[in-house]
Parts: sequence; structure tokens; C-alpha cells
Amino acid sequence: MLGWMAWTWPTALVFVGIFAAMGILTLIEIRRPGGAERTGILGLVTTRGDRLFMTLLGTVYIFLAWLGIFGEPLWTPLGLSLAWGVFCFWKV
Amino acid sequence: MKTQNQKAWFFVLPVLVLVAFNALIPMMTVVNYSVQETFGNNQFFWQGLDWFEQLMRSDRFHAALGRQFLFTGIILAIEIPLGIVIALSMPRSGFWVPVCLVTMALPMLIPWNVVGAMWNIFTLPDIGLLGYFLNHVLGVHYNMTQDPVAAWVTVIVMDVWHWTSLVVLLCYAGLVSIPDAYYQAAKIDGASNWSVFRYIQLPKMKQVLTIAILLRFMDSFNIYTEPFVLTGGGPGNSTTLLSIDLVKIALGQFDLGPAAAMSLIYFAITLLVSWLFYTLMTKDDTK
Repeated sequence: MLGWMAWTWPTALVFVGIFAAMGILTLIEIRRPGGAERTGILGLVTTRGDRLFMTLLGTVYIFLAWLGIFGEPLWTPLGLSLAWGVFCFWKV
Repeated sequence: MKTQNQKAWFFVLPVLVLVAFNALIPMMTVVNYSVQETFGNNQFFWQGLDWFEQLMRSDRFHAALGRQFLFTGIILAIEIPLGIVIALSMPRSGFWVPVCLVTMALPMLIPWNVVGAMWNIFTLPDIGLLGYFLNHVLGVHYNMTQDPVAAWVTVIVMDVWHWTSLVVLLCYAGLVSIPDAYYQAAKIDGASNWSVFRYIQLPKMKQVLTIAILLRFMDSFNIYTEPFVLTGGGPGNSTTLLSIDLVKIALGQFDLGPAAAMSLIYFAITLLVSWLFYTLMTKDDTK
């Protein structure tokens, strides 16, 4: 049934990861409503969802820039993306 | 203890299903295509991130992206100020209000490919009204099928003609919602026209302007039909905007993998610019 979607394991895992992250945020939101809204060091008012969005969007650009400038392997941009994610959830 | 009624989720469900089928699932398929190569027959071969790497280093992609940003930048720089000026000069009450509103709305009622075809005929050097007038009456050499500058000017003028009305109507809606008391207070204080615009009208229009700029950015960044019908991306590649190039790769060359990778990068750019703009414009509102 899903043959036309041309699934691969890596892309499936990416989506599982994103939906799992959204699921976890939903669970946290049920336990602690309000989205942990705060004004971060960039001067933006962000909730947990905003921080996840910024992490994911930033990750896309880190990987694209690395592919364009240096190419593979991609361990360094992976590290940079994780650091960016930590920074987003910690400070932004 | 549950204090909230959760029934609203059932009302949201149809929209969720609709969005899943018309946006989410196709988007996931594009992601799957972007890491594979296909020669048709529903057979796919793993390619990893090669398409992304090739695109990020491709001169053709950089050129199309540059043209796209140039086009969007120019039409925003023209349509937003022009829209504000027209909205400010429209009457706020009386007989002429509906006349102005309908006239303004007319260009937006015309289907995109018809707009392209109209302007194509309008600008033909020998029989088009504008083309003939410029070439044979004013003596200006104008032929958009041969001259890249003429093609660019035509595409931009066409977009301004088609979409400035949207900015006008949104700004006008913002303007008529300003209570008279503001103007009376300004008059008592002896405020100049500029001060009224700067401190009353512009702040009151800020929210509709944000929406207008966002809509015009997204629409013009994703524009396809009008320039495709008008110039076909030519002369040469001079008006080949990002979406025209994308369709060439996807349907012309049937390179679905690279086209999928390109559309994801395209999507990421639109998303980032829209998010940045919206966040910066509403930053002060949420404090």
C-alpha cells in the first residue's frame, strides 16, 4: 500500500524521530501546561514547541551548509546540530 | 481531575486528516524521493545525500535562487509602498468606495495563466497594444523575447499589476478600522500629515502589513504560472525562477531525485524567511 511513497529506513527513522519528539512534547505539555514560555537570550518569547522548531530548522541549514562547503562525512554537522539543539532548549 | 472539555479535538480531526493527505503525506514522499534515484517503473535506488550535495554546489541552482531573491525583493520593494500609498489615497466613505474596491479587486479575479497570456499578447512588439506603442509610437526598442532586461521589466510590471491590489485591500481594511478620535486628537495637536501617517496610520496598519508582506513574499517566492506563460523562463535562462527550474528538472528531465531535493531546499528557504519575518515583526507584541 505504501509502495508508491518509496520509503527507506533512514527517512522513516527521521520521521519517527520528529513525531516522537512532538509526542514527548505533548506529554510534557499535559503534565506541565503553558509550554514553559520564556524570553531567551535572543530576546524572543519561545515555548518548548518553538525551541523544537528552531532546533530542527537550524539542523537543516547546518547540514545543507556543511554539504555545500565540505561535503561528506557528516559527523561534524551532526555534532554542531546537537549543540545547537542543546543551546535552543537551554538558552533560547 | 479533568477540568477541561476535550471534545474540541473531534472538530479539529477532519482538518488534520485533510492536511495529512494534501500536505504531510506528499511531503514525506518528496523526502523519500530526495535520497533516491529512479528511472521510472516504481524502482528506486539509494543515493544518500548526493543530490543535496550536488545542488548546494550547482551554479545553475545558485543562479536560479539569485534570480528568485532578486525578483521577490524588487516586487516587495514596489508593491508594499505602492499599496500603502494607494490605500491612503482611497476615499473612506461615499459613492466612490465600492467603485474603488471593485476596481482594485479585478486583477486578482483573473486566473494566473490568463494574466500571463494577456501580458504576453499585450507586449508583443508588432500587434500588442503596449509593444506596438513603445516600438512604433515612442520609438523605444522593446522586445521581451530577445532582451533580458525587457523580459524582467515585463514580469515585474505584470506582478505589480496583478498583486498590488492585495496589499491595497489589506492596508485599506487596516486604515478604515482606525477610529475618528485618533484623527481628531492629531488635528487638535496640530500634527502634520507625515506625523499622522507615522504615529497613527502606520502602527495601526502594522498587523495587516505583516500579513500582506508574508503573503506577497510566499506567493512571489513560489511564483510559477505567470512568468512561465509570459516568458517561458527566457530569453535564455534570464527569467528562469526557482519554480520554473524545478519543473524543468522534475518533468522536463524526469530527474525526480534532484527535483525532490531541490523542492526541500526551496521549502526550507521559504519556511526560514517567513518564520524570521513573522517572529521579528511580532516580537514586541508578545512581550
